[in-house]
Amino acid sequence: MNFVSITAGLADGFVTTLLLFALTLVFSLPLGLLISFCTMSKFGPLRVLFKVIVWVLRGTPLMLQIFVIFYVPGLVTNGQFVWPTMNTGWVWFDTTVTTRFLAALVAFSINYAAYFSEIFRAGIQSISQGQMEAGQVLGMTKRQIFFRVILLQVVKRIIPPLSNETITLVKDTALANTIGVIDLMYRASESLLDGYIWVVFYAGLFYLVFTGVLTVIFGKIEKKLQYFRT
Amino acid sequence: MAYLQIDNFYKSFGETDVLKGINLSLEQGKVLTIIGPSGSGKTTLLRCINFLDTVNKGTMSLDGELLLDAGSTKDDETVLRNKRLNFGLVFQSFNLFPQYNVLDNVTLAPKLLLEDELKQYKRQLKKQGMGFVAIRQKMAQYKANQLDKINQEAVQLLSNTGLLDKKASYPCELSGGQCQRVAIARALALKPKILCFDEPTSALDPELTGEVLRVIRSLKDEGRTMIIVTHEMDFAKNVSDEVVFMCDGVVEESGKPEQMFGCPKSDKLQAFLRGISNKE
Ligand SMILES: Nc1ncnc2c1ncn2[C@@H]1O[C@H](COP(=O)(O)OP(=O)(O)OP(=O)(O)O)[C@@H](O)[C@H]1O
Ligand SMILES: [Mg+2]
Repeated sequence: MNFVSITAGLADGFVTTLLLFALTLVFSLPLGLLISFCTMSKFGPLRVLFKVIVWVLRGTPLMLQIFVIFYVPGLVTNGQFVWPTMNTGWVWFDTTVTTRFLAALVAFSINYAAYFSEIFRAGIQSISQGQMEAGQVLGMTKRQIFFRVILLQVVKRIIPPLSNETITLVKDTALANTIGVIDLMYRASESLLDGYIWVVFYAGLFYLVFTGVLTVIFGKIEKKLQYFRT
Repeated sequence: MAYLQIDNFYKSFGETDVLKGINLSLEQGKVLTIIGPSGSGKTTLLRCINFLDTVNKGTMSLDGELLLDAGSTKDDETVLRNKRLNFGLVFQSFNLFPQYNVLDNVTLAPKLLLEDELKQYKRQLKKQGMGFVAIRQKMAQYKANQLDKINQEAVQLLSNTGLLDKKASYPCELSGGQCQRVAIARALALKPKILCFDEPTSALDPELTGEVLRVIRSLKDEGRTMIIVTHEMDFAKNVSDEVVFMCDGVVEESGKPEQMFGCPKSDKLQAFLRGISNKE
């Protein structure tokens, strides 16, 4: 009976974890690409601005950033702005996802966009200038060169660091429960305080299976791109 | 006026002057080789001719058309692309596209140009008031025909360079000599008026240079107009109609190969040729 209800509780928390993970990727990957273009811009002020932003985002704890995004807007506006709490909040997808979740999602998306932007930048800059020039002398447009020549080579190169970062994200989602998002870790800690010590190991198993699946997926992609060498 | 006429090319990178007033001319169907010590500006010259670098001063005309005038306003990208297409460039380090097989490396650029052309063709048909279905039919047929042509030409080029059996291989599966021959076929697929080579054999093992030089030789016999930067003096002697010796950003001496190699006039060319024969 306990096992069944605890499993149900963890599964419920896991849905939130999964959602936070997936939505963070959806927002942070494109945003990261955009930021990487800014940090490579020929326009000095823009480049410097975004380099500083990336430095701050990578140089401070994610937990601090979550706190800043969740608490600071309300504090500086004297309570005018509050992220809706669980009681007042909207319910998404019929899960326990509340708008505390929204604050966490914003923090995660921005933070991971900074990390991804550095991966993209390094990947793009590692492609030899010669590839670009070969495209140019063959009369291709800049767009064609990026999408038809450069992009797939970049993807191949950044799969390993991207895989690393993504797996880190799975585990970082647990930080969301510091502002009360009811995720997998939150559920596990509830049961732990009720005296079920094994639940933390059980929760660990959820994370392990999740990261295991991701590892397999990234491995597959890597293998798919093995037919050429950059 | 010559087929290709370059007048007074100047190019500097910041403080360093790399080209200091280069004049060149080349007739159609002839081969010009450029020799000279390292750092003399040979690569920079080829890059300027191919619009990869911009000269600070000078003009270039091809086939009676003024292509480049450093004094005039900058071209937009479309104009620049069309100007680039007059020339082909084969790089020292091949720069094949690693994710495409040999055939696709050769056909990629022609196919992209076809896509552009199709867009224009479509607009034109629309203007003529042709119906949607009719346009689609006509376009599909035209596209199929053109793709067929592109593939056939690529196959022909690959068989000329002796690579037909490698057409499905990826660059990482080829030797350096084979890669360079693919790069030559790729450049030829766009039918450049002038094909340029920047030390096409310098990145190759000595036993692989022969196959590449033979291909270039066969291009001369087809009557193609070429500019070749090379350190292979025997090859330069044998393939050139005209030799230019560059040193420190200027043309130190130029002339027929027999004269340049047989009785060089300037001290610098004599010293350069002595240096090379000592190495060999
Ligand atoms: N992008 C650049 N920025 C600054 N200096 C450059 C650049 N490209 C070339 N140079 C300089 O220009 C000079 C000529 O270089 P270039 O590559 O044209 O010589 P080269 O004749 O091709 O030499 P090599 O035989 O070694 O290939 C060199 O002194 C080089 O350092
Ligand atoms: Mg060079």
